[in-house]
Amino acid sequence: MKRFALFILLSLCCAVVVFAKDAQPTEDPKIEARFKNLTQQLRCPVCQNETLADSNAELARQMRDQIREQIKAGKSDDEIKAYLTQRYGDFPLYKPPVKPMTYFLWFGPFLLLIVGTAVLFIFLRRRREMIPERPLTADERKQAAEILRSV
Amino acid sequence: MLFLVLVVAIFVVMRRGSDPHEIPSPLINKPAPAFQLPQLTDPVKTISATDMRGKVYVLNFWGSWCIACREEHPLLVQYSKQNVVPFIGVDYKYANDDSDERAAARQFLSELGNPYSQVIYDHDGSTSIDYGVYGAPESFLIDKTGVIRFKQIGPITEDVWNKKIVPLARQLNQ
Repeated sequence: MKRFALFILLSLCCAVVVFAKDAQPTEDPKIEARFKNLTQQLRCPVCQNETLADSNAELARQMRDQIREQIKAGKSDDEIKAYLTQRYGDFPLYKPPVKPMTYFLWFGPFLLLIVGTAVLFIFLRRRREMIPERPLTADERKQAAEILRSV
Repeated sequence: MLFLVLVVAIFVVMRRGSDPHEIPSPLINKPAPAFQLPQLTDPVKTISATDMRGKVYVLNFWGSWCIACREEHPLLVQYSKQNVVPFIGVDYKYANDDSDERAAARQFLSELGNPYSQVIYDHDGSTSIDYGVYGAPESFLIDKTGVIRFKQIGPITEDVWNKKIVPLARQLNQ
């Protein structure tokens, strides 16, 4: 409940600060292209599941400014991502790195697929075994023949 | 049967991080990022992380604009009187916000009381970003060697204070 209240408050914070302005874009189209590409790959820490490019949150604006400054200063995309992950962990990365902590995330679906297929096979085999094979009696054979004839 | 076990396992793993909105900080048990910031009331004087070496303290990021900080504030005032750890307040706002946060923060403290032994002012939010702050208030318990030992995201609650911060601060002060 408290956490929910905090979430509401944080959302309000996001909504309240929309009057602040973004820094002016630079003239260099190359920098702007890299800026756009990078901010679209990164997640805003405040507003759940908005990219840094889309978010109106104050923090996102500030981070955008930081990213633009760092691009201008000649930092590589990886260096800028490292700058963010040192402070916010892997959260801002939409594509988390493969490491022991994220093995389940990366390989879990395949594991589930394998387990699911195995379970399906076992189930089907058991079901087949449960239906006993029994030859028809003479009566049944006659009935079947009649049905076939009438078709 | 196997499937059931797996479902339960997934559930347990997911329950462990019970709040999906909480971003685990990579800074726990790492040296606190350096800062040197002017005091809120006397901008000529600064306080840096190195000034705080040898002390166990709580670094509390807040702002007059932050609603949850207002909610937390009375507790901080109360806890500061217990003399367990000093609170250093970092009042911050982001560079692209033109409001006069300094004045608003002073107003805030004179109205609601001042729990902080020192308040410093982060005028462009850069220190708050260095600390990975994303939802004020956030508090860091920092030990004598300048290592972050605990982080509270959102307001400090009675539970967090009594069960986490106080025992840890006592232990670190020994």
